[in-house]
Amino acid sequence: MIPPTAPADLSRRLIRDPGALVIRIEGVSKLYKMGAEIIHALRRVDLAIHRNEYLAIMGPSGSGKSTLMNMLGCLDTPTDGQYDFNGKNVAHMVDDELAEIRNREIGFVFQTFNLLPRSDALHNVELPLIYAGMARHARRERALEALENVGLGDRVHHKPNELSGGQRQRVAIARALVNHPSILLADEPTGNLDSKTGEEIMALFEQLYDQGHTIIVVTHEEDIARHARRIVRLRDGLIESDTRVV
Amino acid sequence: MTRSLYEFTEAFRIAFSQIKANTLRSILTALGVIIGIVAVTLMGTAINGIDIGFQNSLSMLGEDVLYVQRWPWRRVEDWWNYVNRPAIQVETAERLNRVIADTPDSLLEIAVPVAARGTSVKAGEVKLGGVMTFGTTADYSRIVTTEVTEGRLFNELEASVGRQVCVLGSAVAENLFPGRSALDQEFDVRGQHFTVIGVLAKQGEFLGLFSFDNQIIMPLNALRKFWGSRIDLQLRVKVKDKMRMKEAEEELTGAMRRVRGQLPAERDNFSINQQQAFKDQLDPIKTGIAVAGLFITGLSLFVGAIGIMNITFVSVKERTKEIGTRKALGARRRTILLQFLIEAVSICLIGGVAGLLITFGTCLGIRHAMPALPVEFSAGLMVISMVVSIATGIVSGFAPAWGASRLDPVVALRYE
Repeated sequence: MIPPTAPADLSRRLIRDPGALVIRIEGVSKLYKMGAEIIHALRRVDLAIHRNEYLAIMGPSGSGKSTLMNMLGCLDTPTDGQYDFNGKNVAHMVDDELAEIRNREIGFVFQTFNLLPRSDALHNVELPLIYAGMARHARRERALEALENVGLGDRVHHKPNELSGGQRQRVAIARALVNHPSILLADEPTGNLDSKTGEEIMALFEQLYDQGHTIIVVTHEEDIARHARRIVRLRDGLIESDTRVV
Repeated sequence: MTRSLYEFTEAFRIAFSQIKANTLRSILTALGVIIGIVAVTLMGTAINGIDIGFQNSLSMLGEDVLYVQRWPWRRVEDWWNYVNRPAIQVETAERLNRVIADTPDSLLEIAVPVAARGTSVKAGEVKLGGVMTFGTTADYSRIVTTEVTEGRLFNELEASVGRQVCVLGSAVAENLFPGRSALDQEFDVRGQHFTVIGVLAKQGEFLGLFSFDNQIIMPLNALRKFWGSRIDLQLRVKVKDKMRMKEAEEELTGAMRRVRGQLPAERDNFSINQQQAFKDQLDPIKTGIAVAGLFITGLSLFVGAIGIMNITFVSVKERTKEIGTRKALGARRRTILLQFLIEAVSICLIGGVAGLLITFGTCLGIRHAMPALPVEFSAGLMVISMVVSIATGIVSGFAPAWGASRLDPVVALRYE
């Protein structure tokens, strides 16, 4: 099922300068203490991501892939280095400031969907808007629009357990996009889906990319990474390669 | 500001769906609070009831009446100091009234002699035991606290000649002459015929101990004919201004000492009693109930609070991943704090409301089963229990909620 495109979203994206810098990371390191041992999860990594890029971050486990994703998602701050998000220095922000950035600038898509089990699709999608302080009516309208954009306009009052895996991930994507974030950050978005459904989700990402969204997918599957236009490979906390896919 | 409001309503939404999803667990958790609230409200209800019943009872004694008697209205250890006091006689009343009349600006109005005896009465086949029989003079009309609903009190003439006429308490009248007017009926007291000339209004029980409706009032001279003329009396002294009972008592003490011709060094050979004595006796009882109630309340609320703290910790643990998700979506620390705090408070509030309902039901039951027992449910108690419930929720929910709000989103998201 291919969801209809959203004209409202498209027009909004087109106004933006397609080449603007969204993320700039310079010399970012992250250290963890595991008992007496110090683990260098990231070692002075540099990375720049522009608007309307479609990026895949790859790497074996222990490569620093998850750490980088947490950093990009403003869930964590670097031990050392510079991180600018839309020109704002987020490297030294405190918890609540980061929450604000996550709420307005980043849309998360998780491998396990992470929907609230007792809330229907609509309320799940509304959640970021509640934290953004949007009024009830506007919230409802925006959430409905986001659900329609992912092709779930007829499932708004279904609870997660009444939806298929693919539909759940679509709800999660609608939730990620509802606040019109600067980037969509997906962590193994097809990891819990069968390959056919996974392809459908990747097709949806393709469409979102066409609409002008900036998408970062963290994955260990080559098949998934191949959908992206740029692949960043990590190994031992360093960027091993950064290639454009033609 | 509006954002906080939305987060607040969202927190309530979550709290109630959470409680609904874990109904049994929530009920069990709320049990401690329920017991606590039942304890505090029942205690308050009992104290309220006692107070009100007490006020009613005291007004039966007369708020503005002092009682001169041989014995005080309290337990005495040194009974030997009282047992040899001279008896109070009709002449004592007469002399006291003369002293009162001679005192300019006296606070006292009049002293009325009253003799009291328990007896049994009989009308036809109906026999009643344990009836309080009061013998007094016509001046009794000036200190009587009850209305005479039917008929009248005896007059001066009847009193002085000791005519065998009687005013009945409402219960005596009903029991002796069920279904008909007692007025002008005859009945026996100690084998003597008496005629009913009046019936008193219903008064109720005095502190649940005995009923003032179970009395008969007759002329003192009639009573003395059958119980002997040296019978010990009490004097009921009416005070003009009930705001100045203390001064009136002092004046009465002085007047009685003059009547008795006591020397300055001598101790009073009489006691002056008033309703205040009952109040003094009641206060320790009230304090006892309050202390016991507070202890039970405190204990059960403490246990309840621990239960709620525990369940909130469990809830935080269970939903760690959800907390991570919410944080990823932009929930700030205080949003998470508020969410779990409101959950704890909601459980407590439900417990509080349940406790109130139980108390309310119990009160209705008690009032239905034992109308004599004074129970009084008040709005103040409802407010107190709500405040106590909310406070318990905040106190017990704070530590787990604080912990939840401080969770690292990365760690929380990874939690399985």
